[in-house]
Amino acid sequence: MESSFNWLNPFAAVDLGIGAWADGIKQWAISNREMIQPIKRFFDGVIVGIEGALQAVPPMVMLAILGLIAWQTAGRRAVWVVVACLAILGFLAPEAWGLAMTTLAIVISSVILCVLIGLPMGVLAGKSDRFEGAIRPVLDTMQTIPAFVYLVPVVMMIGIGNVSGVIVTIIFALPPLVRLTSLGIRGVNPAVVEAARAFGATPGQILRKVELPLATPTILAGLNQTIMLSLSMVVIASMISVKGLGNEVLRAMGRLDAGKAIVGGLGIVMLAIVLDRITQGLGRSGRDRGHKPWWQTGPVGVIAHLLGKTN
Amino acid sequence: MVEPRREDVIRCEGIWKIFGDKAQQAMEAVRKDGLSKREIHDRFDCVVGVQDASFSVGRGEIFCIMGLSGSGKSTLIRHINRLIEPTSGNVIIEGQNVNAMNPRELRALRAEKIGMVFQSMALMPHRTVRDNVVFSLEVRGVSEAKRAEVAARAIAAVDLTGWENRYPDELSGGMQQRVGLARAIAADPTILLMDEPFSALDPLIRRQLQGTFMELSAELHKTTVFITHDLDEAIRIGDRIAIMKDGVLVQIGTPEEIVTRPADAYVAEFVAGISKLDLVTAARIMQPLGQYEQENGPQDHAAWPVAKPGDKLNELVDLAVNTDHPILIAAEGQPVGVVSKRALLRGIQGREEGKAA
Repeated sequence: MESSFNWLNPFAAVDLGIGAWADGIKQWAISNREMIQPIKRFFDGVIVGIEGALQAVPPMVMLAILGLIAWQTAGRRAVWVVVACLAILGFLAPEAWGLAMTTLAIVISSVILCVLIGLPMGVLAGKSDRFEGAIRPVLDTMQTIPAFVYLVPVVMMIGIGNVSGVIVTIIFALPPLVRLTSLGIRGVNPAVVEAARAFGATPGQILRKVELPLATPTILAGLNQTIMLSLSMVVIASMISVKGLGNEVLRAMGRLDAGKAIVGGLGIVMLAIVLDRITQGLGRSGRDRGHKPWWQTGPVGVIAHLLGKTN
Repeated sequence: MVEPRREDVIRCEGIWKIFGDKAQQAMEAVRKDGLSKREIHDRFDCVVGVQDASFSVGRGEIFCIMGLSGSGKSTLIRHINRLIEPTSGNVIIEGQNVNAMNPRELRALRAEKIGMVFQSMALMPHRTVRDNVVFSLEVRGVSEAKRAEVAARAIAAVDLTGWENRYPDELSGGMQQRVGLARAIAADPTILLMDEPFSALDPLIRRQLQGTFMELSAELHKTTVFITHDLDEAIRIGDRIAIMKDGVLVQIGTPEEIVTRPADAYVAEFVAGISKLDLVTAARIMQPLGQYEQENGPQDHAAWPVAKPGDKLNELVDLAVNTDHPILIAAEGQPVGVVSKRALLRGIQGREEGKAA
């Protein structure tokens, strides 16, 4: 083989051993599993807690709650879409509602962690060109690398189950939130920021009182995208033993059971429409809402109005 | 320009602003070799924004800086509250060097002593008129009750009472700039910085707001630096005017000085189209009485109309249309000079006739 080195094709003769090196990381992960376990147990507890809470609410009550949330965030017209989608979801199969709540718990956990990680990163990226330049290739990698590549190392390190499912979901769903937060901060009218400086605001006050409020619609568009991408990861996450609608699809694929696949698949779509409608409404600007604060609109507004009358 | 009795509130000393990566090196080279702008650009790839600007503004004075766009006037005004750091030079406000202040002192200065109005209004779209107006008090941690009181007063001062809870996008351009004005005066600052505040408005509203501003200014007596590209506006508003061209203050003087004695061809061209009627005084165009009598023989000026040396051309015209005689100029009852019809017409044209001839 040595003699066959060919200048026209040098790649075939050189082996840098990257695959073996990466395998070494896997070995290291396995030998350090014990360190990770307490953290894993904590997060598993949180996820199980959220799922337990969602499962404990009777479906009709949950349907009413989600309908009211949609009314609050997106207005009266969204309520009917949300209620209809949830009803279809429930009627798909007797067990569909429970599976959907399990999936919802995973999505909620992932999105909460995405916000906790992504918002500060996005703000930093919006402020610093250097940080933005540094994380951009990382975000590109996170969005484009096939999930199967990191599925194995994550499982090796943390084991199968909900926590690993949330981690692989975050890897895929985080980038839009960071990108759009950065975009939102950069898009704030510099004249307004200058005015805030001219009237003596500190950098922290400028961020809290000017930049974040003005970037909110863009940030919420990023949150919407993050939620959608989280949902699109549920089938892949089910490969590492995450329960829920995704698992139905996966099992149906194994058994070539088209009926079961449709139940799981349609369930995911219905859930996606519900979450999309609810979060899309959040991004409307103050002007769209007729400049009313949120507590004067929707069901909260109605209640506040009634309370105001009785007092 | 030194008038010792006047108390300077703002003093700018030799302000240079050079934009570019090698601004400091360029500044060194300017100090040592006195490079020209072109040389700075060729050797250091830097652009000179403001070149050695020095001026001072007295208490209660309205100081206009007039120049075309790109002349560096907006850059210069931002040095006063240090939104822009000078490459060299100092700004001194009431004896304190602004460039030596730490961030905390600087923020206190900006919030409490300086109010600023922007060409683009720069109101915060997510805040109501009231919350926009008291922004500088809010960032200083002033109590809610005090803020409400100050807001009501500032909003009343610009005739916007009743609009407190509206948002900027519900207001017309003129009203938005009234909010900008209210925001600038809310904290009762010593100094007002006006960066082309009325340029973006249509002419009628602009005139209206100029009126509002002059009323407010007469009442509050704030030391004001007013940027404009409109010489008419500068003459209407300013106690003194500085003409700026390509980063250099070409001439500083009262409106009358600028119009009647332009420092160079550039300023002369600017003031050529300006009406002298309300600017030039009788003292400027009159011929001394003695000289007049020498030329025209002894005069019986009992029937002549009489004006004071400080009267403007406009008033002289009113007198001249009713008589065929020249106008007698008398100071404290003593006749001092004569304005002939010819001198008056030439004065309106902007040429001095018969005074020195």
